[in-house]
Parts: sequence; C-alpha cells; structure tokens
Amino acid sequence: MSHDTQAHGGMRSYVSGFILSVALTLASFGAVMSNVVPPGARLALIVTLCVAQLFVQLVYFLHLGSARSQRANTAIFACTTFLIAVVVAGSLWVMHNANVNMMPMPMSVHQAMMHE
Amino acid sequence: MSTSLATAGHGHAEHDDGSMTTVGFWIYLMSDCLIFATLFATFGVLAGATAGGPGGRELFSLPFVLTETMLLLLSSFTFGAGMLGAAAGRRRVLVGWLAVTFLLGLGFIAMEVHEFLELIHDGAGPSRSAFLSAYFGLVGTHGLHVLSGLVWLGVMIHQVLRFGLDGIVRRRLACLSLFWHFLDLIWICVFTFVYLREFTP
Repeated sequence: MSHDTQAHGGMRSYVSGFILSVALTLASFGAVMSNVVPPGARLALIVTLCVAQLFVQLVYFLHLGSARSQRANTAIFACTTFLIAVVVAGSLWVMHNANVNMMPMPMSVHQAMMHE
Repeated sequence: MSTSLATAGHGHAEHDDGSMTTVGFWIYLMSDCLIFATLFATFGVLAGATAGGPGGRELFSLPFVLTETMLLLLSSFTFGAGMLGAAAGRRRVLVGWLAVTFLLGLGFIAMEVHEFLELIHDGAGPSRSAFLSAYFGLVGTHGLHVLSGLVWLGVMIHQVLRFGLDGIVRRRLACLSLFWHFLDLIWICVFTFVYLREFTP
C-alpha cells in the first residue's frame, strides 16, 4: 500500500504540478503574444520555459525522481534524453551543413513546381 | 509487497508484481519518444521550406493553440485525480474523473481536426510544402496518439465497471496514466517548437 501512495504522490502533488504548468504555459504564450519581452530574447525564453515545464510534469505528474522505486525509470529516461539530443542536434547540424554547401540551382521554386 | 501481487493471486516470482510491466511500458514510451524526436528533427530541418507557400505565422492562431493546450493540461490533472480515487479504492470517483478526462481529450481532438480541415480547405494541406508535410506529420502523429489514448480510456472505463479494481485493472490503469501524461509532455514541445517558435523573429 505504501508503494501505491508513494507512486501517486497525493492530491497536493497534482495540484502544485497543475498550477506550475498553467503558469509556465501562460508565461510562454504571454512572452510571444505581448510586447513585454524584447523580440530577440523570446526564443531563448520559450525554450527555457519549455524545459522547465517538462521537468515540472516529469516530477509532479510522472513522479520521476531518485526514489528507489523510480530509479530504473529515471535511468532509462536519462539514456533516452541523450539519444534524443544526438538525433535532433545531429540532424539539424548535418542538414544545415548540407543546405549551406549545396550547389546553387539555376531553377527557382516556382519553375520547379511548373515542371511537375 | 505491493497490492497488485496480493490481488493477482498467482504471484510465483518476485519479478511478477506488476512493477516490471510498468518499467516495460516506460521503455515503450521512451521508444515512442524517439519517434517524436525524429519527427521534431525533420520539422526543424524543413521548418523554413515553405516553397513559396504560406508560413506558420499566417496559418496558426495562438489563442486557439492556447485553448488546446489548456484542455490537454486539464485532462492530465483530472487523470491524476482519478488515479488518486483508484488508489483509495473508490471506483465511482475513478470512473467520474476518467469520463471527464475522456471529454477533455475528445475536445482537444475535435479542435485539432477542425484546425487541420481549415488548413486543408485554405489550400495549406500536407502536399503544399515540405514545411506543411512535416507539420501535419508531427502534429498528426501526436493527435493519433491522443486518439488511441481515448480508445484506451473507453476500454478502461468499461473494465473498471465490469471487473472492479483488481490487480490487473490497476496495472493497466498505471500504464494508461503514464501514456496520458507522456502525451502532455510531447504537446509542450509541440506548442513551443511548432507554434510559438513561428512567432519569434
């Protein structure tokens, strides 16, 4: 029984997770929809808020942590995060390079579409 | 010893107490995570390839996306509340919250289908540009996951009413709980990198 209550965290955990998530979501949309944040800083801010909200939900909703019952899940998650970073960052890097180094084409987008 | 072992009745090995099922399901979710990672990477590469067609800034409505986000977030919370009911053995509370979660999820899917149909109607379907192909691929895959979650929710409501809260039903609920919260995690990345990013300079 103690395992169950620990795994589900209690109402308090869900309420604080929900309030934090709503606050972070509103901050993200607010940063882009209003003029409070200078345009140059918006992308960095929404990415930071995204990562923060991912952590909030992992801890409060998915109960990921260093508790003994969660250790396996947390280790698997850390491994996956590493793989995701390799896949996403690697793809963007390689494809950006390919794009920059591509030979200039004598055909415009509109001409190419006429060829169909 | 966990309750699932006690109620499952035929616990012949200590590994068979349901916790291994949850770890196994978690591994499945992480592999699903990798599918989404490749879709996000594809979208990231093709985000600028609009082929002279409309970009996200002209197509997306942020208040609409915010409403979708709130529906999904609220559904994550109501599912959690349902799981607390399950832990306390209160079947009626659990079914009530699961039904609310189902309706919120259904609202999300309805909004997404409406958005997709409107885009296609405006000539911004998946065949318009590489950007839109990647957009429909990524957001559509998330939508299909939510749809499967809805089917699973319906099945679980039936099972709780039919079989009660035995060890097997509890274990399935625990897996569905992980799945549903996981979809919320993916959506956080979707609204940040697909929708909001379009509106940053």
